[in-house]
Amino acid sequence: MKLSALHQSYLNRRSFRSPLDSSVDTSGKSLLAVFWLVLHCLCCFISLLLGFRFSRLVFFFLFTTPSSTNLYSPPFRPPLKHHHNNIDLNPPSNATEAMIKSSRVVVGRHGILIRPWPHPDPVEVMKAHRIIERVQREQKTVFGVKRSKTVIAVTPTYVRTFQALHLNGVMHSLMLVPYDVVWIVVEAGGVTNETGAIIAKSGLKTIHVGFNQRMPNTWEDRGKVEVLMRLQALRVVKEEKLDGVVMFADDSNMHSMEFFDEIQNVNWFGAVSVGILAHSGNAEEMVMSMDKRREMVVDEEEEERSSSLPIQGPACNGSDKLIGWHVFNTLPYAGKSAVYIDDVAAVLPQKLEWCGFVLNSRLLWDEAESKPEWVKEFGLLNENEGVESPLSLLNDASMVEPLGSCGRQVLLWWLRVEARADSKFPPGWIIDPPLEITVAAKRTPWPDVPPEPPTKKKDQMSLSQGNTVVTIPKQHQQQQQQQQQRASKVRKPKRRSKRSKHEAKPTDTTTQVSSSTKHHQERN
Amino acid sequence: MKLPSWALIFLTCNLTFSTISAFRLSRSQPTERISGSAGDVLEDDPVGRLKVFVYELPSKYNKKILQKDPRCLTHMFAAEIYMQRFLLSSPVRTLNPEEADWFYVPVYTTCDLTPNGLPLPFKSPRMMRSAIQLIASNWPYWNRTEGADHFFVVPHDFGACFHYQEEKAIGRGILPLLQRATLVQTFGQRNHVCLKEGSITVPPYAPPQKMQSHLIPGKTPRSIFVYFRGLFYDVGNDPEGGYYARGARAAVWENFKDNPLFDISTEHPTTYYEDMQRAIFCLCPLGWAPWSPRLVEAVIFGCIPVIIADDIVLPFADAIPWEDIGVFVDEKDVPYLDTILTSIPPEVILRKQRLLANPSMKQAMLFPQPAQPGDAFHQVLNGLARKLPHDRSVYLRPGEKVLNWTAGPVADLKPW
Repeated sequence: MKLSALHQSYLNRRSFRSPLDSSVDTSGKSLLAVFWLVLHCLCCFISLLLGFRFSRLVFFFLFTTPSSTNLYSPPFRPPLKHHHNNIDLNPPSNATEAMIKSSRVVVGRHGILIRPWPHPDPVEVMKAHRIIERVQREQKTVFGVKRSKTVIAVTPTYVRTFQALHLNGVMHSLMLVPYDVVWIVVEAGGVTNETGAIIAKSGLKTIHVGFNQRMPNTWEDRGKVEVLMRLQALRVVKEEKLDGVVMFADDSNMHSMEFFDEIQNVNWFGAVSVGILAHSGNAEEMVMSMDKRREMVVDEEEEERSSSLPIQGPACNGSDKLIGWHVFNTLPYAGKSAVYIDDVAAVLPQKLEWCGFVLNSRLLWDEAESKPEWVKEFGLLNENEGVESPLSLLNDASMVEPLGSCGRQVLLWWLRVEARADSKFPPGWIIDPPLEITVAAKRTPWPDVPPEPPTKKKDQMSLSQGNTVVTIPKQHQQQQQQQQQRASKVRKPKRRSKRSKHEAKPTDTTTQVSSSTKHHQERN
Repeated sequence: MKLPSWALIFLTCNLTFSTISAFRLSRSQPTERISGSAGDVLEDDPVGRLKVFVYELPSKYNKKILQKDPRCLTHMFAAEIYMQRFLLSSPVRTLNPEEADWFYVPVYTTCDLTPNGLPLPFKSPRMMRSAIQLIASNWPYWNRTEGADHFFVVPHDFGACFHYQEEKAIGRGILPLLQRATLVQTFGQRNHVCLKEGSITVPPYAPPQKMQSHLIPGKTPRSIFVYFRGLFYDVGNDPEGGYYARGARAAVWENFKDNPLFDISTEHPTTYYEDMQRAIFCLCPLGWAPWSPRLVEAVIFGCIPVIIADDIVLPFADAIPWEDIGVFVDEKDVPYLDTILTSIPPEVILRKQRLLANPSMKQAMLFPQPAQPGDAFHQVLNGLARKLPHDRSVYLRPGEKVLNWTAGPVADLKPW
């Protein structure tokens, strides 16, 4: 063991000192090796005699002379493979030195310089990231828009279970927009503190407008009220003379950041492609229905159309001119397909959704200077005539500018996901006062058997990690029961709470399984 | 001291004009004018400033060689071939040698390729000698000046030293017959035997169409900090390590292989050009020779070149202020490369990017076919024009001989 330790230290020392030593010893390497071997044996013998290991620096100081500094000598020890340990520097050829010009750059073998701790330094990494950020900012100003316009976002909303989910999503998207944002939130049922509290957290300039009508229960009616709310917001834009680009950020939609960059390019009225996510509900069901559909469909065209994501937006010809509109095809959902095995039905958008259009706010002003003549006067718009899509604001719909490389880029997604109209949630999502009735849960948070006492007082759902305090309202329990049953039969449940539990009228949905119909009848 | 009123008006006019032009520049485009030590010469037009006579050599010196191996048209030494093609159809060409300022000898010395595509320089000295003997015996212009108003394109690794190994190249030195001629070469290193005083350094050939076809939109954010693809160790030719690149490339690898800011590897990705456009710094370390096509690629793609080669002379060094454009790192400072690069102030980095964005800068690095104004061909001609008028000492008295026709290794004296 002592020998091995000696051997180890010998190797270390040899590598450390060899650049200096070998520069002295200009004879062949073999002689050097022999010399070292002899020295090693001598040292072993001496240390055996002495009884302890002595420092071989003695020999070093005795026998070595200061080395010539004509050569590159690495100041660090390269901790590499063994052949790097023995850096044998060749002095430059005599021919070179004899040449008239002596370059300070030497031909020959050089050491590989490695710093003592060759790993990333966090301070340097941070500095580099700041540089990258600065460069990217510069790129944005150079290649992006020269003068950014304010983004005026119009969001119709109302207080409901999913409002916090949707509104937070839109809020975060708007907070990330690198331009100025004015957020007009129109609330059905009047201004409430609930909504106000959510939007106040954004830190954006918000205009909270109340709309004196309650949001109805059916999707169709809801769409109509939303249109009226949006028109109300546009009236606010007109009165306040807000300057910028108006876009319609429905609260359940998802916007990409490129969308906000793209709408800066709009002159008067622009249209983008919207991805329609009409299948709200369980993804597996959609997949199942797709598979079923693939099995039973004879017409291949229809299959292709329905298996790809429907897009709503401008249609262009080869020379990038607007020639028409891609609208949502409602035929596959007309109720003739018996594919849907669930009570969940797809929520269909309008022919042309408002969210796919953006307009320059000056179109709405009264006496804007260069308002084009193909725009109707907004002040004279009569809502009762039925304003379906923003194209009703125009006289000539062909003057719409297609954005996003002529509709080829899908920049936002339309989605409608809601809880049941009568579902309740804790106001402000704060559980106060504390829960009254508690039921001991078993292994799973949701018991398989419904508890006996009717807990109609507190219809609150709370999940706790512990296994004691769980309150399960009756209605939801039964549904989960059903789900769990179904789940155990078919597949594992996912996103149960996000199931769209809207039912316009129970009789409307023709695609229902017998159990669910029973289920609905129970509830009603 | 009272200035006359007209002087005052003149001064104020000057001031307003200069500020207006500066303001206009800063608002219209994100570039900056490039002016090197020779002044603002990148966009000079050489037509009318010089006349070049192209010798009609037998095709065994150029066309036949090219026919034998057409790979010479696409490798990085193709500048010699395209230079001849450009000159043959250029307006600076004259068919009257009496009025010519410069004489061009079209001999393709870098076209003897191995199966792998690397040029063998062993026959090049003999070929060059043979060509010079031919022109010396058929035209009087060589003997008039012993080649001082002739120029040759020698794009090989070490220029007219005609060897790929540096030690041997230094041992041979520049071909004795070319001692007085102007050499247009890619190799440039200060105080080196193979760089002669008065040579014109050019960039290596990089295929312009190929690079143009890989351009990505400018708004793609640059998210890679340092980018490099290439060898770090040349195990075939340098198994011990330490010779290749004087150990600098190996040092880069050993110090930064696990650093997330350094995207370095030996792969050959198909997205090489696109990746360079997403990087802020591109390493251009020396290899067996200090120059490399990476410099050209970095300039074309707007990536700031980090040049790790001591004493290197970059292309068109008098026309392009490389110190302002690239970052020079000594080979001994390679272990601290990350510190060096992160300590560059962002304004300096942005300024370098603006200089690189200048289209005349990119144009000067390319050899497009057909030639375009401001490209590397024109920069060579500009360089030649700047050397005019010839000094009186260039013209020798009749009978006077300066060159030693028998100098050099014996093998070179054999006829080709």
